[in-house]
Amino acid sequence: MKDQADGYVTADGRQIGPVVMEMKNITLRFGGIEAIKDISFDVREGEIRAIIGPNGAGKSSMLNVISGFYVPQEGEVWYKGARRAPMKPFEVAQQGIARTFQNIALFEGMTVLDNVMTGRLTHMKTGLFAQSFWKGKAEAEETANREVAEKIIDFLEIQAIRKTPVSRLSYGLKKRVELARALAAEPSILLLDEPMAGMNVEEKEDMSRFILDVNDEFGTTIVLIEHDMGVVMDLSDRVVVMDYGKKIGDGSPTEVRNNQAVIDAYLGVAHED
Amino acid sequence: MLYRESGDFSSTYAQDSQTFPIKFDRYRYYFVLFIAIVVIPFVINDYWVNSLFLPFLIYAIAAIGLNILVGYCGQVSLGTGGFMAVGAYACYKLMTSFPDISMLVHVLISGLITAAVGVLFGLPSLRIKGFYLAVATLAAQFFLVWLFNRVPWFYNYSASGQISSPERTFFGIIITGPNTEAWATYLFCLMFVIFSAYVARNLTRGSVGRKWMAIRDMDIAAEIIGVNPLRAKLTAFAVSSFFIGISGALFFSIYLGAVEVGEVFGIQKSFLVLFMIIIGGLGSIFGSFAGAAFLVLLPVALKIVGVDWLGWPTDIVAHLQLVIVGGLIIIFLIAEPHGLAQLWRVAKEKLRLWPFPH
Repeated sequence: MKDQADGYVTADGRQIGPVVMEMKNITLRFGGIEAIKDISFDVREGEIRAIIGPNGAGKSSMLNVISGFYVPQEGEVWYKGARRAPMKPFEVAQQGIARTFQNIALFEGMTVLDNVMTGRLTHMKTGLFAQSFWKGKAEAEETANREVAEKIIDFLEIQAIRKTPVSRLSYGLKKRVELARALAAEPSILLLDEPMAGMNVEEKEDMSRFILDVNDEFGTTIVLIEHDMGVVMDLSDRVVVMDYGKKIGDGSPTEVRNNQAVIDAYLGVAHED
Repeated sequence: MLYRESGDFSSTYAQDSQTFPIKFDRYRYYFVLFIAIVVIPFVINDYWVNSLFLPFLIYAIAAIGLNILVGYCGQVSLGTGGFMAVGAYACYKLMTSFPDISMLVHVLISGLITAAVGVLFGLPSLRIKGFYLAVATLAAQFFLVWLFNRVPWFYNYSASGQISSPERTFFGIIITGPNTEAWATYLFCLMFVIFSAYVARNLTRGSVGRKWMAIRDMDIAAEIIGVNPLRAKLTAFAVSSFFIGISGALFFSIYLGAVEVGEVFGIQKSFLVLFMIIIGGLGSIFGSFAGAAFLVLLPVALKIVGVDWLGWPTDIVAHLQLVIVGGLIIIFLIAEPHGLAQLWRVAKEKLRLWPFPH
């Protein structure tokens, strides 16, 4: 580790910021099953951090710990230099951590625009009474937040489907709308749970480009889970590798690729009889 | 074709998010308002007010209220009758305790009291969902009716156990009791209808409404974008009960004048309002009006056609009405769960391309 406090230069020479979130010795059990065993890793500001591993390795559980769905039995989550008390998912969201889901979790009954606008809810504070009469504060707030939402819509190139109900969209577009909703919150950390699952090559390329652009343009820290090794190796600055709930590797994509434990986990090990 | 929507562009976000972005719709809305406020009061008589307009207006408020809870927030409630009873009894107690205060204040405070009761019975919604929540609200329905029947304080210890509204005025015009004018009661209710629709529309298009719809569509995703589920559900219960309370207060004080709680605010009332929003359209303000109009008009129309024109016995017509409503509910639930409002939207969409659909 080079210079823990502020800067860090990745393997391919990209300057990334100080540690923004740190997982310390996280252990998560479901009854007798240990989904996550004593895992620690950190996330630095402005980086793209990938979590990879075979099926059932505990990657999604890890993301659920970060976003507050699961409370780990042991270990601590440190966020922005302070220990985070166990909190509900909506409180995590209010702290500036947004996420997408492996199977799309959009609001099917609403239009694309409304879905993206829901991402702005943590920024909208007018009370019930002011909103009842719309004029003035409520309308001004709506317009201001609409501007941010429209910027995201432009950015992800979904202007044309703005007023389409989400239930009519294709899978790839839904994934993009879900990303838009998460981005609309202007999160400091964005968690992506398999953003490219079930996509064809072209859609994967689009999505990769969007992820890189988001990181580049908004400086958003991104933690992503992905199965496609090519994508992970190209996108991420640092990679955590999990297998059976344990961390078996951590480092730059090249380091991880040459790590014997990782190769064993992915390709299997020859057993001596 | 009636419509002209081309050449009508919005250049600001405020213009785009207004209720009627198309100019034609906007003028039609003003026109309807004009007719309702300026023309109708001069042409109606007691018969039309009592058999059509008052029930339509009052049920429209109740339907808007229930639609906020069921259609927008996705929390099924069968307690509408009970909450209307809360509004009615609150209004009665206020009218008899403070005879000098304007009816406007009484009705609004009745709404607020009902909102508080609604929040109380909405508390279980955090833990229970769907059918089970419906059963929990059913408990509210029966409990509230039982309460108003059994505790004499609520009906001022009257011998009959009924409540009847004394004569009260609004800006010096008599609007309750036996000596009312048709136009006065009509306009008084219309005022609340416009107010309710306006507030409901504003709430449902802003951030509060998006929170409700997020909870309705997927509560886990709603939580992950920062919606506090308990608060969102309880505001829905509060706002919904507020409107239902207003409608209960008007139903008792303006429309019926005297109420026996079990008869008027029983479980049938809950179902009636629920049917209104199912037929009219879940998650639509217009649907609330359409459903209320439909279910108020249907018995009147059937009576005119069946009894007056065809000379059928009254009981057959009454039973026929049950059959038709039941059949319609089933048809709507299967074929068009979003009700008349969706049919209207689809018709508009089809007509836009007519006669060349491709």
